[in-house]
Amino acid sequence: MNSRPLDTAPPVRKPVNQMGSRIFGGLSMLFALLALILLAGIIVALTIESMPSLKAFGPAFLFSTEWNPPAEQFGALIPIYGTLVTSIIALVIAVPVSFGIALFLTELSPLWLRRPLGTAVELLAAVPSIVFGMWGLLIFAPIFAEYIQPLLRATLGQLPFIGQLFSGPSLGIGLLCAGVILAVMIIPYIASVMRDVFEVTPAMLKESAYGLGCTTWEVMWRVVLPYTKNGVVGGIMLGLGRALGETMAVTFVIGNTNFLSTASLFAPGNSITSALANEFAEAERGLHTASLMELGLILFVITLIVLVLSKLLLLRLSANEGR
Amino acid sequence: MELLARRKLTNQIALGMSMAAMAFGLFWLAWILVTVIQLGIDGLSLSLFTEMTPPPGAETGGLANAIVGSLILVGLGTLVGTPIGIMAGIYLAEYGRFTLLGRVTRFVNDLLLSAPSIVIGLFVYAVIVATTGKFSAWSGAVALALLVLPIVVRTTENMLMLVPGSLREAAFALGAPKHVVIRKVTLRAARSGVVTGVLLAVARIAGETAPLLFTALSNQFWSVDLNEPMANLPVTIFKFAMSPFEDWQRLAWAGVLLITLGVLGLNIIARVMFRAEKLH
Repeated sequence: MNSRPLDTAPPVRKPVNQMGSRIFGGLSMLFALLALILLAGIIVALTIESMPSLKAFGPAFLFSTEWNPPAEQFGALIPIYGTLVTSIIALVIAVPVSFGIALFLTELSPLWLRRPLGTAVELLAAVPSIVFGMWGLLIFAPIFAEYIQPLLRATLGQLPFIGQLFSGPSLGIGLLCAGVILAVMIIPYIASVMRDVFEVTPAMLKESAYGLGCTTWEVMWRVVLPYTKNGVVGGIMLGLGRALGETMAVTFVIGNTNFLSTASLFAPGNSITSALANEFAEAERGLHTASLMELGLILFVITLIVLVLSKLLLLRLSANEGR
Repeated sequence: MELLARRKLTNQIALGMSMAAMAFGLFWLAWILVTVIQLGIDGLSLSLFTEMTPPPGAETGGLANAIVGSLILVGLGTLVGTPIGIMAGIYLAEYGRFTLLGRVTRFVNDLLLSAPSIVIGLFVYAVIVATTGKFSAWSGAVALALLVLPIVVRTTENMLMLVPGSLREAAFALGAPKHVVIRKVTLRAARSGVVTGVLLAVARIAGETAPLLFTALSNQFWSVDLNEPMANLPVTIFKFAMSPFEDWQRLAWAGVLLITLGVLGLNIIARVMFRAEKLH
């Protein structure tokens, strides 16, 4: 087999050439650094661009309700209020529904249905937000105004205190409508994180509880949920991050007005993202653009905080997984 | 016995609610798909792909320039974002898996993954549009590339992590340098997963509107000049859907149908591909 004569020396072993590897490794590191540079770059660029507005209004920018481009008076309170309120509405609806979906997918669903249903939920997450927006404006909002808003006014609207939230004319579009559509958009995100974290609960824990005679609900509520609570909160925060930054779906249905005189959720409003989407491309260079940039900066900072918290909670859960 | 009855009842109510929640979730998907297909089919015709976006009130017209513009923007964004993302993913999985830089980058990448896309648009506006003084197609492509990046990094890294260490060790034992091991062994083993990630990234940016509003803007006319604003489906849909003109709205529905089918189709292909590979 071996054609080499036995008496010649074995070939000299060449050390593996590491030069290519170093270059490749260095290059890959450079590109990885891009992520860090991008994050820093976004913050720096937005801060620089919003300088005129930061200087002109200072912290009062956050508390002023006046948004008057011709008079060059800008305050962010109404968009910030709109962003927070719509996101809170979205969470109030999406969290219980997502929990129900995750419970169904992990404990109730027959095995053969699990994957198709899981895929369907994930496909809902893939539907582009512009589709939600257009559908929300032209299909959902009219139905919302005709059937759901009168119903809410007749029921929740009669309660003391929170009744105010459900008063006023049924316009369809408005804060509540935007919140509902946001809820539909973030349900798949929250539900798939919840499903994933529920699945990491050790089977032993669940089976022990079932063995003691617990019902499915008790296993879920008393065993699985406490075990996975960090992950669940992390998933909710992830959904919140999505809701805060969602643009198109909100822009279509929130009503886009910078005046707000009532506490009612039926009223139209504005969010940070819808203000940007509507005004930015046509804004005058100068204070108007700078104020919009500052809105973007505020949005970015808020979502970053929410996302960092979400990541930390999820990381804590996966650190516990080994135990 | 009363306690038991109450526990059973609670359980049944909870499970009933859970099923209702599942139905609630599916209901929206079904509702949206049905309306989009119903209303979109009306506007679907050959002229959609051959004629330009019309002025309001015109009898005819299509979305040809917007469709081509979208293809160009998404193609460029993917072409730029994918190699960079794959390289960064390689770093995270193969070089910096346990280093501080690796951990920090992984964390930051996850933040960027969920960061609002409109902020990316603002960033590109500040860096490119404000500097060059005009809206341009390539600034839109850059914005889309920045959205592709974190998705590709994430999936590449995850897929490389799944490659068993014994494969790498076997290749190293044959005397292959690290970059050859990565290119010829680990990356090849993770290929279908990486392609899945790219497909998902394409699906994600195909429907992105917000980052294009301040970068590529839109264009009523046929233009494939990267230095000029370029028509694209999402922004055109936004403009047409918000308008009071019925023929514009009909075109917008047709556009929405195209985007929805494209995006969901890509998602399903990505899933099927990944699953087929996993079965081996």
